[in-house]
Amino acid sequence: MNQIIVTVLILSPLIGMLLILLTNSQQEQQLKRMGVLGALIPLILSLWMVALFDFNHPGYQLTQEAPWFQFSPPGGEGVLSITYAVGVDGLSVAMMLLVTILSVMAAIASSYITARLKEYFLLFFLLEIGMLGVFGSLNLFLFFIFFEITIISAFFLIGIWGYVERERAAYHFLLYNGIGSVAMLVAFVMIFMKVGSLSLPELASAFSNTALAPWFSSAVFLLLLFAFGVKLPIFPLHSWMLRVHVEAHPAIVMIHAGVLLKLGAYGLIRLNAGLLPAELERFSLFIAVLGAINILYGAVLAFRQRDIKRVLAYASLSHMGIVLLGIAAQNESGLTGAVFQSISHGLISALLFFIVAVLYARTKTTMLDELGGLAKTMPLLCGFLMAAGMANLGLPGMSGFISEFLAFLGIFNTYPAVGAASLLGLILTAVYMLRAVLATSFGPLAEKWSGLTDIRGFEWIPLVVLTALIIVIGIYPAVLGDTIRLAVESVGHGLLTRMGG
Amino acid sequence: MDLETLLSYPWRIMLPEFVIVITAALLSLLDLFWKEQASRRPLAWIALAGIGLAVLFLVINAGQPVQEILYETFRLDGFASAFKLIFLLGAAIVFLIALDRDFGQQLPYQGEYYYLILTAVLGAMIAASSADLITLFVGIELLSISSYVLVAIRKHNLKANESALKYVISGGIATAVTLFGFSYIYGLTGSTNLFVIQERLSQGVNDGLLPLIALALLVSFVGLTFKLSVVPYHMWAPDVYQGASTPVTAFLSVVSKGAGFALVIRFLMVTLQGMADSEMILWENLAGLLVTVLSVLAALSMIIGNTLAMRQTNLKRLLAYSSIAQAGYLLVPVAAGIALLQTGEVSASNLFHIVLFYLAAYLFMNLGAFALVQLIGKETEDIRGLAGLYRRAPGKALAMTLFLASLAGIPLTAGFVGKYYILMGAVGANLYALAAVMVITTVISYYYYFGLAVQMYMREPEVDQPLTAPSSLNIVLSVCVIGTLLLGLLPNLALDLIQTQFNLLEVFLPYSH
Repeated sequence: MNQIIVTVLILSPLIGMLLILLTNSQQEQQLKRMGVLGALIPLILSLWMVALFDFNHPGYQLTQEAPWFQFSPPGGEGVLSITYAVGVDGLSVAMMLLVTILSVMAAIASSYITARLKEYFLLFFLLEIGMLGVFGSLNLFLFFIFFEITIISAFFLIGIWGYVERERAAYHFLLYNGIGSVAMLVAFVMIFMKVGSLSLPELASAFSNTALAPWFSSAVFLLLLFAFGVKLPIFPLHSWMLRVHVEAHPAIVMIHAGVLLKLGAYGLIRLNAGLLPAELERFSLFIAVLGAINILYGAVLAFRQRDIKRVLAYASLSHMGIVLLGIAAQNESGLTGAVFQSISHGLISALLFFIVAVLYARTKTTMLDELGGLAKTMPLLCGFLMAAGMANLGLPGMSGFISEFLAFLGIFNTYPAVGAASLLGLILTAVYMLRAVLATSFGPLAEKWSGLTDIRGFEWIPLVVLTALIIVIGIYPAVLGDTIRLAVESVGHGLLTRMGG
Repeated sequence: MDLETLLSYPWRIMLPEFVIVITAALLSLLDLFWKEQASRRPLAWIALAGIGLAVLFLVINAGQPVQEILYETFRLDGFASAFKLIFLLGAAIVFLIALDRDFGQQLPYQGEYYYLILTAVLGAMIAASSADLITLFVGIELLSISSYVLVAIRKHNLKANESALKYVISGGIATAVTLFGFSYIYGLTGSTNLFVIQERLSQGVNDGLLPLIALALLVSFVGLTFKLSVVPYHMWAPDVYQGASTPVTAFLSVVSKGAGFALVIRFLMVTLQGMADSEMILWENLAGLLVTVLSVLAALSMIIGNTLAMRQTNLKRLLAYSSIAQAGYLLVPVAAGIALLQTGEVSASNLFHIVLFYLAAYLFMNLGAFALVQLIGKETEDIRGLAGLYRRAPGKALAMTLFLASLAGIPLTAGFVGKYYILMGAVGANLYALAAVMVITTVISYYYYFGLAVQMYMREPEVDQPLTAPSSLNIVLSVCVIGTLLLGLLPNLALDLIQTQFNLLEVFLPYSH
């Protein structure tokens, strides 16, 4: 089982697809049940994978490798091989858990979807395969394939099941991410041609042992920074992400904000920081400044928005800046903070967007002007909203605090000035988050909202589970700490020894 | 030439061509004696059988050493065999598309239609197998003239008339340009044999004739770009693709284009190879110039093809612009090949693998798409004809999605592996700017390929009836789906086949008795 668990996990959403295919497309309730059931299977398998995972062993484990195919390189000798290679280290385990948990939650949130459920869940599971595959791949060719699968399936998920402007949002998503992914492809081809391999474990040593032309490593680094910068996103490459946040169905935004943006963070940590630490050092100030801009720009604009979805979109932009700061810090606490932030923000943004979904299902609006006083009719939901808002602004005792604290600790060591400037963003975060929460929950209650029902039935599950996870991580970070410490040890090996020595 | 010489030739190396000639002749005779009103579909089956037999002989011949007959004009080598296999496969699929019963009934000259496709293929095969400018030219002319008639064959169709006229005129100009270039080459070298030209041109470079040689090669190449439908001779493609009947369009986009690449590569690579030994600086100038010209033309084709395709509402015009862009991608490894010849790398042969692999991928994905256009085209050729296809025929919509994904270069399809390989070629030859243009225009192409997918999945159909296809089209779709997937998932099936069965480097091997 140790050999094949990662492969089985990556492909396990196929079972969900099969369940959906076997269900009659007219039976909506049955389809939704099958959707949740199908999403539970990867969750169980991912927990099993955690059980098999050895927490005392940094580096990749549970690996499986098989030859796939070879190219005869033009202008070179011999053959270049592409292998099918999967496996995990602490970082991928944490990210894969995030994927499987959020997929179950998003599958539950999909209950609000009414049209073309069968196709919806088929694409949903395809997206899950893509996400799991990206985190489980140990070969960059495979990584790219899964990365593209997430783009294709998300394109259709956004374009078919979103709001009014959904198709524009889908095209924006496709073109921006397309440009990002081809930049990544060029970087991979360059690595393949000059280093001769695309296998992550081999590359780690190949990069440190082969003397590569400085322009070459810089070019690869910048191409990857661009590729993952589109995904994260980094200002000014972010406009697509706003549209997706606003126009896609909240169930999809849960996945999008919760996991898809983290593909960017994962890529930056795994490839930019993990493989090219020397280049990271060279460009670290640039990245730190980009991070500060993200934090401040996102926070200021979030403050100006009238649509709660847009507030949350800019909040995501702002919070991804913290990931950048953590990476730019190039030290253990910074890197730990970046990884922590990826996971914590995944949980928090999924929770916030689930609340938006619940809200929208009742009020059919997300405009702050039209909402207000909802605490009177929906006290419980507003309670959760308050909790999520607090987590988002980094209240101690919740997961957001740990990640922000660590990232800032890191950046103050390396670039104190940038860190100080970014701190301003944290204050703004408190302001805009409270503004959004207060505008929704308190104030006069409009007549038309008086009959709204509070949380009921299945809606409890995501709210309680996500809130609980956020608080548990916040109070007792060691739950995640072990995996993340391992992650930092294995990914950041080159980086940290470099800084230490 | 006396009888003895004629009999001494190993004629069996020409067996595939003979089979096609005989089948074409047989079809024309049968067509004469066929009952006036009767359907001529059986003729297409005979043609298919002929193609099958030709493939058989081709495969039998494939392992043989390089041989030349007819005063070193016709040549059998691994390079030619590999390309001919692609032409024959493409032609077979085109016949299957044309076998559609409704389509056949509307054709005014069904018999001619079938045997002209065969003569066109014959032209492509001769051109691919030529070691001499004369046969090379005769080959493309046979291909061209057959194509002109095929485009014009629906003579009561206004669009067909317009496109045929445009095709003949621009084709004629291209031919004249090619011949003009050839005349310079003959003037410089006194020979039409490619290997003799190779030797004498390299002497010529040393004698300081570089500008003339560059002019001769460039002019010939520019004339030949007509067949590739790349810039500067791309303008005919949208009109002709739209006006011709769909099977002919499919033929032009795959077989005719493939033939263009076969002869451009042979012509440029063989004539240039000798110069690698000449005085280094001069040679670098010439190769550098050619690489620049080819790169610029490839880049322009990708940019123009992909951006103009975004604005199209007619399916066939859209695929025409797409095919201009695809030809641009295919030109990248040719440019990379010349750049590598410059450094004296024998591994330029791997660039032939790239071209062949991408052509094979293109064969499946593009013919698959055209098979669907043939089916939809009975109602309308507007892209709105695809609306709601997923509701009307889910299987066909999925197949079309696969072809579009492959054309767009999305992973797990043949098109992706092909594009990846092309990128490897570009990076290997340090053509980074060209690689950048290629990937950026690829993203632009997402816009219109996915636009078609949006029609299929997100738009309401105008007629909400299930769409059924004749079995011949279903066969084509299945074959193309399998081909696109197999080359995408297990590319080594094709790569190993190319490597072990066809020694593409033989293109450089002079024949000695």
